[in-house]
Amino acid sequence: MLISLFITCYNDTLFPETGKAVVAVLERLGHTVEFRQAQTCCGQMHYNTGYQAEAAALMRHFLDVFRDAEIICSPSSSCVAMIRDQYPRIAAHSGDPDLQRAIEDLIPRVYEFSELLVDKLGVTELGAFFPHSVTYHPACHGLRALQLGDKPIRLLREVEGLELIELPEATECCGFGGTFSIKNPDVSAGMLTEKIRCVLESRAEVCTANDNSCLMHIGGGLSRQRAGVRCLHLAEILASTEAEKLA
Amino acid sequence: MSVRVGEAAGAPKFPKAAKELIKNAQLRRNVRHATDVIRNKRARVVAEMPDWEELRESARQIKAHTLRHLDFYLQEFEQACVRAGGQVHWAKDADQANEIIVGLLHAHEAREVIKVKTMTSDEIGLNAALELAGITPHETDLADLIIQLGEDKPSHIVVPALHRNKSEIRQIFRKKMNLPDLGDRPEDLTNAARQYLREKFLRVKAAITGANFAIAETGSVCVVESEGNGRMCISLPDVLIALVGIEKIIPRFQDLEVFLQLLPRSATGERMNPYNSIWTGIAEGDGPREFHVVLLDNGRTNVLADPESRETLACIRCGACLNVCPVYRQTGGHAYGSVYAGPIGAILTPQLQSMRHSQSLPYASSLCGACYEVCPVKINIPEILLHLRGKVVERGDAPILERLEMKAAAFALSDEGHLELAQKAGRIGQIPFQRDGVIRSLPGILSGWSAVRDLKPIPAQSFREWWAARKQTER
Repeated sequence: MLISLFITCYNDTLFPETGKAVVAVLERLGHTVEFRQAQTCCGQMHYNTGYQAEAAALMRHFLDVFRDAEIICSPSSSCVAMIRDQYPRIAAHSGDPDLQRAIEDLIPRVYEFSELLVDKLGVTELGAFFPHSVTYHPACHGLRALQLGDKPIRLLREVEGLELIELPEATECCGFGGTFSIKNPDVSAGMLTEKIRCVLESRAEVCTANDNSCLMHIGGGLSRQRAGVRCLHLAEILASTEAEKLA
Repeated sequence: MSVRVGEAAGAPKFPKAAKELIKNAQLRRNVRHATDVIRNKRARVVAEMPDWEELRESARQIKAHTLRHLDFYLQEFEQACVRAGGQVHWAKDADQANEIIVGLLHAHEAREVIKVKTMTSDEIGLNAALELAGITPHETDLADLIIQLGEDKPSHIVVPALHRNKSEIRQIFRKKMNLPDLGDRPEDLTNAARQYLREKFLRVKAAITGANFAIAETGSVCVVESEGNGRMCISLPDVLIALVGIEKIIPRFQDLEVFLQLLPRSATGERMNPYNSIWTGIAEGDGPREFHVVLLDNGRTNVLADPESRETLACIRCGACLNVCPVYRQTGGHAYGSVYAGPIGAILTPQLQSMRHSQSLPYASSLCGACYEVCPVKINIPEILLHLRGKVVERGDAPILERLEMKAAAFALSDEGHLELAQKAGRIGQIPFQRDGVIRSLPGILSGWSAVRDLKPIPAQSFREWWAARKQTER
């Protein structure tokens, strides 16, 4: 299967290892991955901050890039939620029926990484090896907008050597919320403190999620406390094998 | 027009208010403990309902239908209420409602009035208007009494004194009820309140109540509560005034079967409220001799006019969204500067004020979606928050610096060439802030981030550069 990777702007810039991991997992499963260089951003930051015109322009750009892609995979649950939940609204607002149809046609082809593996490709066993204790933080958009349920957990359970530890109060938001953490830094920091308390309570070596934005936030807090807990995207754990261990 | 929502117009912006409140560890403990108790109880009694989702959907549809035809149902309610001996008054804003209520009490030469279950009266600042007119209001709901005696403000729409613990309440009662030896056991406190309130119930001849539901078909008003003090207020006085927001209308008596299942489970985690009072007009020889309903707009028709956010008016004030909101649980209700706190307050308050004030409220959310998940009438609060954020920006009310940054970001993301340049610029720009491979301090608006969080620097190679290099070697 030809799978087109939508890396997302912040993964492209800040977390290239996550993109490499997605490529490694999908190629290991025998699929072909393509990366369309013209891609930029889904528009989530602009839309969530109220800049709807700017978000609409980014949506049109996304559509131009991926219009004819067969399968689009992204390792970010919040960006996929943006596409799935907000693109139809933005298109409806435009009053352009062609745009609405194009968006309707595009959306069923967009998958979050764990969705693609479990729902579309029907695999949970990926031959991964990761001999560490791991706790999973369900990112809010994956949990409530995409309704990912236990898909990421099922993938983690199949990883050899991995000890999965339940995260206390797992479904509480970490407090990132994009520009929320900039506009409301004190409340965001309070929420982060609670999340970090739970991560430390789990005593896991690694905290994982399917959204690097949460992990950047949680990891930033853990790093400041020099807590020694590492944050890693789900794809990076799944990419790790006995032969090619994660650096 | 004077649309007033508590004191929101003059309240500080949310981030500023939150910054102060967050420092109060006792407040945070109280809020956290109380919301934990209620949300756990709620989760238990909701889980035992096999048709919970169907009930939510029914409630959503009933409310959506009613709001679409609100003009019709309001008039139906008026006719039915008048037929049953009630009198209906229409108030377009806070001042008019206060005027009507003061006028009614003056006509009966009332110097005092007992009140229950009327958050709407806080919205319009009724107590201040009454005092100005020489009428003393006595709150009779226990939590409202604690707020009134403590010269405090409500912090939760169902449990207004949720931010207070029992020793704080004892201090208030000791001082205001003149009970120096009062203990702090719950029974000591409730006994003191009972003594204090019974005297008012038996003496004061006029009462003001709110409404959970107003039934168009029958002209009835429904109030649910836990203490029975509401029952006292609606049955003992000679004159009863119900202050009802126009969105409280439901079409039929039968619709209560949906809402009376959803509301108690969502609000207090009870299967049913201990006291469910429904009354229709007046009855000879039983209860009040005069019954007035004041139907209040106060900005609600403005909310109704916007199809993208009108579902805000479907709210049945259960407070479930507050109890699960991670933002509310950090700050408590006072940060919202309005009688309506939490996620529902963040969408309701700014809309009632035609978005003139409290524009920081739509941003007081991480958009985690927990509110939407628990809402018994399925109000999509995150979507409405986004809609209102869009309005703030559209009106040019966003901070100038933010507008410039967003424009710059939109330009950088408009095509791959710009993005690559921005990535390179970022790598250079971050150099002065890096220490040992970590960014520990950032300037300007980003300083709030770096106060408690490190940032990983932008790595030397972006994904797109790696991909291009990989393709190169493959060739």
